[in-house]
Amino acid sequence: MAVLDIQNLGIVFGGLKAVTNFNLTLEEGELVGLIGPNGAGKTTVFNILTGVYAPTSGDIIFNNTDSKKGPRSIIKLKPHKITQLGLARTFQNIRLFKDLTVLDNIRIAFHFNVKYTALQAILRTTFFFKEEEEITEKARELLKIFNIQHKENELAKNLPYGEQRKLEITRALATNPKILLLDEPAAGMNPQETQDLMHLIKFIRDKFKLTILLIEHDMSLVMGICEKIAVLDYGHTIAIGTPAEISKDPKVIKAYLGEEVEADA
Amino acid sequence: MKNRIFNSITILGASIIMYAILAVLMYTEILDEYNGQLLTLAGIYVIISLSLNLMTGFTGQLVLGQAGFMCIGAYSSAIAIMTFHVPLFFAIIIGGVITALFGFLIGFPALRLRGDYLAITTLGFGEIVRVVMVNLKSLTGGAAGLKGVPSFSNTGNFITDDIIKFTWVFGFVVISLLIITNLMRSSHGRAIISIREDEIAANSMGVDTAYYKIFSFTIAAFIAGLGGGLYAAYFGYLNPVMFGFMNSANFVVIVVLGGLGSVTGTIIAAIGFTYAQEWMRVFQDFRMVIFGLALILVMLFWQKGIMGSKEFSIVGFARDLLAGRYSIKRIISKISKLIKKWKEKKQPDDRGVK
Repeated sequence: MAVLDIQNLGIVFGGLKAVTNFNLTLEEGELVGLIGPNGAGKTTVFNILTGVYAPTSGDIIFNNTDSKKGPRSIIKLKPHKITQLGLARTFQNIRLFKDLTVLDNIRIAFHFNVKYTALQAILRTTFFFKEEEEITEKARELLKIFNIQHKENELAKNLPYGEQRKLEITRALATNPKILLLDEPAAGMNPQETQDLMHLIKFIRDKFKLTILLIEHDMSLVMGICEKIAVLDYGHTIAIGTPAEISKDPKVIKAYLGEEVEADA
Repeated sequence: MKNRIFNSITILGASIIMYAILAVLMYTEILDEYNGQLLTLAGIYVIISLSLNLMTGFTGQLVLGQAGFMCIGAYSSAIAIMTFHVPLFFAIIIGGVITALFGFLIGFPALRLRGDYLAITTLGFGEIVRVVMVNLKSLTGGAAGLKGVPSFSNTGNFITDDIIKFTWVFGFVVISLLIITNLMRSSHGRAIISIREDEIAANSMGVDTAYYKIFSFTIAAFIAGLGGGLYAAYFGYLNPVMFGFMNSANFVVIVVLGGLGSVTGTIIAAIGFTYAQEWMRVFQDFRMVIFGLALILVMLFWQKGIMGSKEFSIVGFARDLLAGRYSIKRIISKISKLIKKWKEKKQPDDRGVK
């Protein structure tokens, strides 16, 4: 059973059909790439998946196999509800809580699991301290995995670019997702950093048993790690397949490079 | 567990010591009647500024109608005392609760409006409250004002009266401080701050931003209402003119001066502001000009306010003191470090190209 089943998804802004008839299924543990030229509607798909936009047509069925609730449609849910169900994301332009510490960035992602009430926080009950300690401990463990635990007290904005990306991914993982959506994780990275990122993505997929959907322009990354790729162009899905199939697909080549006029040019 | 006891004792101890010092100063008239009264008024300003800081500094929602909340609190407490003969303490709490109700309602437009739009909406709210108070003559006395709100005490001895007044206000300052600092240093507080930092990111990290906005407005209005109730008993007379837009603007000034999101800064700024307003009376008509000029200068050279978003922690201070971390040598090295840091800061900050 697929973890995420996107059926005939469509969205219209005014007269603009940003995404039309988008279909994609994510199987458990898959690493799927979503590519396409600028303005193809990739981020729009992400925004629909995470509840920022409500689609005009179609349905999204999310089946978190870790929870007992079974498959359910998520198109009418608010973003925070969707995250709580187990679908987390990162952003194209990093959106960390810049003026907060690294540790607090992570702790905020744990917030929806906190059980003490605001009143208990104001009265500083034993339960408050116990929970607070647990969260902090969990956050530290997570930071340790990504090797940024020694920077827990630094402000997020003071981290180098690569680490900010890493922190954003860590923060998304703190929500304990089943599916992770990465929006251009390699944007602004040099080839070495991109290489490291590829290892990181594979590592978290195995370590946290994730299903990952990523948008990326860096073809070495997409072709290198994705098992399946969907190509969007002007909101239409022009191809879905393995990296090998995609790189040979004439429609994809046309979308990216334009049409061949003279074969022997 | 040991830490918790230490923290509680330090906070309790610090409040008692501080209170005792000020009370003794007032009793011995080293702090004369005028300054004592002023200090009490400053306490009320601290409470209301703290509540505004919760909305504007921590939640990141610009509110220009704080005097409106204060007004509701003041009138409802006064009416509770005068018409329904509720004891003063409960009257103040009732003022807080009624104001909280309005804070809750104002929270809803705050969900849809951002930045300047919300500021204008809250500005409108403040004016509506004022105008309603003018026109609800049977309850509020209208434009003539509400006379004869019973004071905190009436022993006939000015010094005793002033100390009792001060005690009430000091108590409520401590309560509001505890509410805000304890709340902000919890997961709920972090959820509130995450709205200020990046609402979209907060939402996609599973924080119910709508809930926390309304929550923060409700708590903040409650505290502003407490301040309003104290204000009513402090002056003994209420008039809608006392809650005009300039008053709201003053609170914004205090919060920005102190540093958005700094409780310590708000306290310092609120006290400083109250006193500055009085001291500047020597300049007579130029008072507001000089005041405005001072504000412009501070904003030019001290954009983040007195404290930025930093805090002074009494518990941390006590711990350092006990651990002997305040030897003269250390203090000197710390100061030199600060100067060094300050010099470094003069270089372009993060607003530069990136």
